[in-house]
Formats: sequence, structure tokens, C-alpha cells
Amino acid sequence: MLNQLTISELATKLAKREVSAREAMQSCLDQIARVDGKIHAFISHDDPDALAQADTADRAFASGVTHAQKPLLGVPVAVKDVLAVKNQPLNCGSKILGKFISPYDATVVEKLKVAGAIVFGRLNMDEFAMGSSTENSAFGVTHNPWDIARIPGGSSGGSAAAVAADETIAALGSDTGGSIRQPAALCGCVGLKPTYGRVSRYGLVAFASSLDQIGPFAKDVRDAATLLRVIGGHDPRDSTSVPQPVPDYAASLTAGIKGLKLGLPKEYMIGGLDPEVKAAVDAAVKQLEKLGAEIVEISLPHTNYGVSVYYIIATAEASANLARFDGIRYGARVDGADPIELYNRTRGAGFGAEVKRRIILGTYVLSSGYYDAYYLRAQKVRTLIRNDFLQAFEKVDAIVTPTTPTAAFKIGEKSDDPLQMYLSDIFTISCNLAGICGISIPCGFTGSQPRLPIGLQLLGRPFGEETLFRIAHAYESGTLWHKEKPVITS
Amino acid sequence: MSAAQFDVKYVAHLARLQLTPDEEKKLGAQLGGILGYIEKLKALDVTGVEPTAHAVPLVNVTRPDEVRPSLPHDDALRNAPAKANGLFMVPKIVE
Repeated sequence: MLNQLTISELATKLAKREVSAREAMQSCLDQIARVDGKIHAFISHDDPDALAQADTADRAFASGVTHAQKPLLGVPVAVKDVLAVKNQPLNCGSKILGKFISPYDATVVEKLKVAGAIVFGRLNMDEFAMGSSTENSAFGVTHNPWDIARIPGGSSGGSAAAVAADETIAALGSDTGGSIRQPAALCGCVGLKPTYGRVSRYGLVAFASSLDQIGPFAKDVRDAATLLRVIGGHDPRDSTSVPQPVPDYAASLTAGIKGLKLGLPKEYMIGGLDPEVKAAVDAAVKQLEKLGAEIVEISLPHTNYGVSVYYIIATAEASANLARFDGIRYGARVDGADPIELYNRTRGAGFGAEVKRRIILGTYVLSSGYYDAYYLRAQKVRTLIRNDFLQAFEKVDAIVTPTTPTAAFKIGEKSDDPLQMYLSDIFTISCNLAGICGISIPCGFTGSQPRLPIGLQLLGRPFGEETLFRIAHAYESGTLWHKEKPVITS
Repeated sequence: MSAAQFDVKYVAHLARLQLTPDEEKKLGAQLGGILGYIEKLKALDVTGVEPTAHAVPLVNVTRPDEVRPSLPHDDALRNAPAKANGLFMVPKIVE
């Protein structure tokens, strides 16, 4: 069925005119109709608009446009509800944006459209990207396609679930502390967080401006590489995007990994790491050795401070970024006798519990009397964390870790203990603080019934995505994890 | 700073966030726990360490000082909760 294909496979069929873009898009919509009642990956999807885009793609094929000119022509790509798509709702999984319709396209959405992709859907997420389980959405919980009693991860849970359940060919998400890599690991797909500055944040609703990056969810490494090439690049509208040329990531995929040095940080293989996850990662490391890589033990001494630093810096930045949701220019409004009362009531009614928690924490750590002890200190420790990685990259080409300490937990299991939830981000969080890149790829399953995916994380130098893709592709070529599909039961 | 010193009411006011008494209590306890965990940062020696505000080697990124079109007026007002005469309507600010 067309919705089960990868970008490469679908593009081949489309190019040969074996199938039409309309058939491909319809196939995804049919799958959504079949399974999304149970999974709830999508908050909404505009079917007539998606099919109209498909028809446009078919007309382009008919007039001779090829994938050489538009690499994603006719390929359905769904987007996380945090990205602006012109004339589509933009809610960030929150009530506070009310009936907001975006007046513009995010840069990444523009780039997808220029490349011919069919951009559709509003994928579910933790509210304002704050969460690791997609339980914090104002629009309901997303369920893991591998076991619908479990979380898909977060905050890009809808993106990961939709790709894993073949409701879309590929998707975009965002990652601030692991929000692409962690759900990718828990749902058994490929998820990449590009280096900070690799992809424009224009049109991404900001959570933590020094940590956020948009990235692809895909069914295999080649697709992720194809997507990054399309969405990456300098953007004058994002002053934090870096003027670094975008390489043809797919071209260097098959270079092999002989002689590459991979670092295993000793601080990551710790207690709290599920034995099955450890076993899968150990096996993956052995496989990488067989393929010619040299495994080197390294140390990232400030690993255990990552969660603390993150929850100061990210919440501080969020408290500033979310100040704009005040009921004045857009979104829902709860009236008040004066503006202050209007703000208090609007924000009190519109934000969910996790968002409130983080805004309060962020406001506190920036407030007079506490700024030095918390925020400034956290930024200094951030330097130490970044230096750990830069020093490690002098010895190794990439770092190998589990993506998460456990496989997907049950819905509701950690929602009463925010600190427990935060600690589950331990392996992904430092990557954002250090500004480096990271990818999660499937590397096995648990032995439970039903089996749950396990993810392997590779961390690379700033702008070192080519190396990550190379290693990931080499590993993927010798395994079949990424080809397994969940059986979606009620 | 310990949980007891965490004044949720005051911080909520700074954040312009109205909390119910129940939320205040719950948040106070949860945030006390989180702040307790974050205390471990105090143990680190950060003398002489420069803070990292963001990880990219870019400074003073500017564009030419040229007038360019921005979001059209109607588009900017499109999502307004209350509008009139091409303006956002707000409660009275000044007497």
C-alpha cells in the first residue's frame, strides 16, 4: 500500500507514473481514517486541501517536472502543530491560541512546498513543546502505535506515531531537549535533531530560542537525509540560522564507516538504564565494530547536570517566549476590568498545567535576587557541558548512546511526577545545550508483548550531520528493525 | 533556596498567570521538589567559566537598513479577539 512506502520508494513510483500523487495522498488519508481513532496522531487534517496539493503535483508531473527539480514532488509530509502553515490552524497543542489561523508559512514549510511536497495535517504534541509523552496536549493524548496503552514519547509524539503507523510518508517535528529523538526511539522510526542553526526557526513557535530546532521524522535514514537537504539552509529571517552550505546528505550515505572512531560515554551506561535497552545498544555497538568502526571509551563528566541546566535555561527562555500569549492580538481572550486582569485570566484559563509549571519556574530563576544563583550559573555549566562534547570530538567522530533509558512507558505512569518525567530526557538533553546534532535510529525491540521499539542515538559535531547519516545508514543497511511495522489493535 | 521560600503567588503575579488555590498548592510542592533537584548545580566550581547564552558563533547579525513589506494589515488583524477601525481593542489602560 502506498502509505507504507518511504520517500525514495514513492518517488520512484511517482516518477515512473505507476501511481499518482492523488493515490498516494489518498492512501495516507485512508490509513488515517482506519487507525487515527485509536492513535490520535493528528489534531486535524484538511483533506480537500491535501488532495488539491496532490492534484497540483500530478499536473506538474504531467508537464514534465521531475524529482531532479523538485525532490519531494507528490510526497505527503505531515507537520507538528507548532509550525506555521498559511491558512491552516496553528495551536501548538494549546487552548490559548483559540481559532488562530496562520497568515504565513514557516520557512521550512515554504521549502517543502517549493520542493513539491504535499504539506498536510496538524500533528499532536505536548502543549508548546513542553513534555516527553504527548500527554500534555489540550487536544487529547496520542497513543503509541506499537501498544496503544503507552505513550509515543514527546513532545513530537504525533509526528513519530504518524510515521510509525504509516499515516504519512514522513513528518516534521521540533526538538528542544529531545522532542524529536525520544519519540522516534519510542515509536521505532528515524528522528534527527540538526545542529542549532542548521534549519531556520522562522515560523516555528518558540519554546526555548537557544535550544529549539526543527527536524525530520522518517522511515529510514535516506529519507531523513533527503528531508534535511530540503529544509536546511541559511535564512535571513532567522538571525540564528548559520550561513553554512547545505551538502547533498544523501550522496555520502554509503561511504561506509571503516576507521571512524565512535565514543561510548561511560556516564551514560548507568543504573536506571533498562537491561533490554542496554542489551540492544550493546549489540548495536558490536555491529558497528563489525562494520569497521573503532569503539573508544570517553567521558562526558558533566552529564548528570544536564537535566538541571536544561530546566533552568529552557524554562527561563520559555517564560519570555510565552509572554506574547496574552489575549490581545490573537488567540483566546478572557476579559478583565483592566489589562492585567485580562492577562491573568486569559493565561490562567488558556495554559495547561505543565506550561504553567515551566513558566513559573522560568520566571522564578530569572527574577531579581535569583538570577545569578540559577540562570547565570546554569549558563556557565552549559559551557562546561558544551566543552565536554567539543573535547570528546577531538578524539572521536561521533558518540553512541541509548536514546532513552527505557522503552515507552504507560499512559499516566509518570504524569503525576514531573521530575521523573524530566529525568527520562537524560540522554537527549545535553545535545541541545551543546548545540550539536543528534539522530535516533531503531536498534531493536523489548521482549514484552507487544514488543516495544528501542532507539540508538548518535551524536555528532556541530554541522556533522553527514557523518551521522553515514554511520546510521551503515548500521541500518545490516539490520531490519526499521522495516518492522506495528499491528494496530484496539 | 528551599521549597519554603518559593513564593508561588508572587512569581505567578510576575508571570501574569492566574492560579487557583489548588494549583498554587500543587505547583508550590512540585516546584519545591524540582528546585531541590536543581540544587546540585551549586556544588560545581564555575570560577572563570564564561556563560553560554547560545551555542552558535554568530554575533550582531544585521540586515541592510532598507524598508521592506511586512505582514499586511488585514492579516495582522485577522486573528484578533476584538478589533475595530483597523485596530486591536483592549481594556482601558489609562484613566
